[in-house]
Amino acid sequence: MDLELKDTPGQLVLALQPISDFEGNIVSVVHHRDKKTPRGMIPVQVAFEIGGEKVSGLINKLKSIGIIVARVGEERLRESRAGILIGHIIHSDIRDTIDQIDATGYAEVVDLTMSMPGIDQRSSARLVINATGKTEMEYALELLRNIAREKDLLLIEPI
Amino acid sequence: MKKIRISIIGFGVIGSGVAKVISKKRDYIKHRHGIDLELVGIGERNGGIACEDGVDPIEAYNLAKTKEMEKHPCWKEEMNGINVIREVNADIVVETTPTNIDSGEPGLSHMMTAFKNKRHVVTSNKGPLAVAYKELIKTAEENDVQFRFEASVGGAMPVFNLVRECLQANKILSIKGILNGTCNYILTRMSTEGMSYEHALSEAQELGIAETNPSYDVEGMDTACKLVILANEILGMDSTYKDVEIEGITGITIESLKLASDKGYTIKLIGEVEAEKLRVAPRLVPKDHPLAVGGTLNVMSLHTDLAGEITITGKGAGAIETSSSILSDVINIAKR
Repeated sequence: MDLELKDTPGQLVLALQPISDFEGNIVSVVHHRDKKTPRGMIPVQVAFEIGGEKVSGLINKLKSIGIIVARVGEERLRESRAGILIGHIIHSDIRDTIDQIDATGYAEVVDLTMSMPGIDQRSSARLVINATGKTEMEYALELLRNIAREKDLLLIEPI
Repeated sequence: MKKIRISIIGFGVIGSGVAKVISKKRDYIKHRHGIDLELVGIGERNGGIACEDGVDPIEAYNLAKTKEMEKHPCWKEEMNGINVIREVNADIVVETTPTNIDSGEPGLSHMMTAFKNKRHVVTSNKGPLAVAYKELIKTAEENDVQFRFEASVGGAMPVFNLVRECLQANKILSIKGILNGTCNYILTRMSTEGMSYEHALSEAQELGIAETNPSYDVEGMDTACKLVILANEILGMDSTYKDVEIEGITGITIESLKLASDKGYTIKLIGEVEAEKLRVAPRLVPKDHPLAVGGTLNVMSLHTDLAGEITITGKGAGAIETSSSILSDVINIAKR
C-alpha cells in the first residue's frame, strides 16, 4: 500500500496503528522522508499481510484520519516452491495433476517445464507451485505427494 | 602413563586400518594424552591372535593386506571373535565386522559378549545399532562399561561427540544431511558431467567408491541405518530401520538434474529426522545451501534450540578417516 502523510511529527505511527487494529501483520515499512509528492506530502510504502475482507474497512479508516491512500496492490500467492516429478507424467494425465492443485483455491501451478527423452523413457518435469501462505504450501505439497503416489511418479521435493 | 589394552574384532579394511593408525599415532597419543595404546588381540571369523604381551600392529596389518593372517606366529583357529573377546584381557573391544542390517550379527553378539565380560566397546558397525540400540545401551549400562560409536555415522565427522561435548545445553530439534558418499558421488557426476545414472555408477564401482552390489547404498538403506542411529542417540527416539520411509536414487534421470540446475538447485539424497518422522529421499537442494556439498563428502545440519543451525562436513568413509573417529572414542574412554 502506498500512503501519503502530512510532514508533521507522529504521522507514521498514526498511519500504522489502524493496520494493526485491523489485525494486519506488517512486513516492511519504507518511509521516504527526503522525498515529497507534488501535493507536498511524504510518501510511505507499507507491505502487510491481512485478510482480504478487511481491506476496504482499513482504507476507510485511513482516509477518515486524513491519510491519503495513493495505491493498493495485492499479492495473493506469497509462497513459492519448486518440485520435480519423474515417471510417465503425460500418460498419467498431467492436466489432472495440475487441476487438482489449482482446484484447492489456495495454491496454483504457475510454471511447468518438461523434458521427454524418448517415447519409452520416463519424463521429468519441474513444477513451480505458488500458495497463499506456508501452511497452505504444506497442504499443497501433501496433495502433490498423494497424487505422485497414486500415479506412480517419483516426486523430488525441495529441502 | 596409562596403558589401554585393545582387541580388534573384524580385521578387514576398517579393522586393519585402525591397527595401522594405532601404530602410526602411538607415540603422539602417549605424548599428548599420556595414554599408551596396546593391541593385544585380533579376532576374525576363522581364528584370531591373542597375545597378552602385545601384537605388532604393522605386522598384522601387512598380513591382513595379503590375506595371510594365519601365518602370524600367534594365530589360533579356535580364537575366533567371540573367544578373543572372552579370553583376551582387553580394556576396550573395537568391533569392526561388516554391517548386517537384518540381524545385526555377528556384531551384536560380539558387543553383548564384550559388555558381559566388562569390556568397553567402540564400533563403526551400524547393523547392531540399527536393530538393537536400546538393548545395547541397557546392557552396557548394567555392566558399567562405555559404549561409543562415533564412526558408525559420517565416518570422520564428529557428530555424537559434538553433541555430547559441545551442545550439552541444546535440545536437538531435527537433523538432516547427506550420509552416504557413494550416492553423493553418483549424483554429483550426473549433475556436473551430464552422465547417466548407469554410467556414473559403473565409474564409482571402478574407483572402488561403490560396491559390486551397490543396492545397499543406492537404494537408501545405508542412509536409513545411519538416520536410525542419529534419531535414537541424539533425539532420544526408539526407532528401528523399519520405521524409515525410504526412496533411493535409482530413479533419478539426467533430465531431472538439468531441470533442477536451471532453477539453481541440485538433487541430493537426504536423510532427515524431525518430529518422530524418519525419511530418506532425493531432494531439491539450492546450489548455495550448506548441504550442497559434492563428490564423496558427507554433511549434516543439526537444528538446535539455542545454537540455531550447526553444519558439519567431512569424509564419510575410508579406513584412515574412520579410524580417526574410532581412536577419538578410544581416547575418550581411556581418559575417564
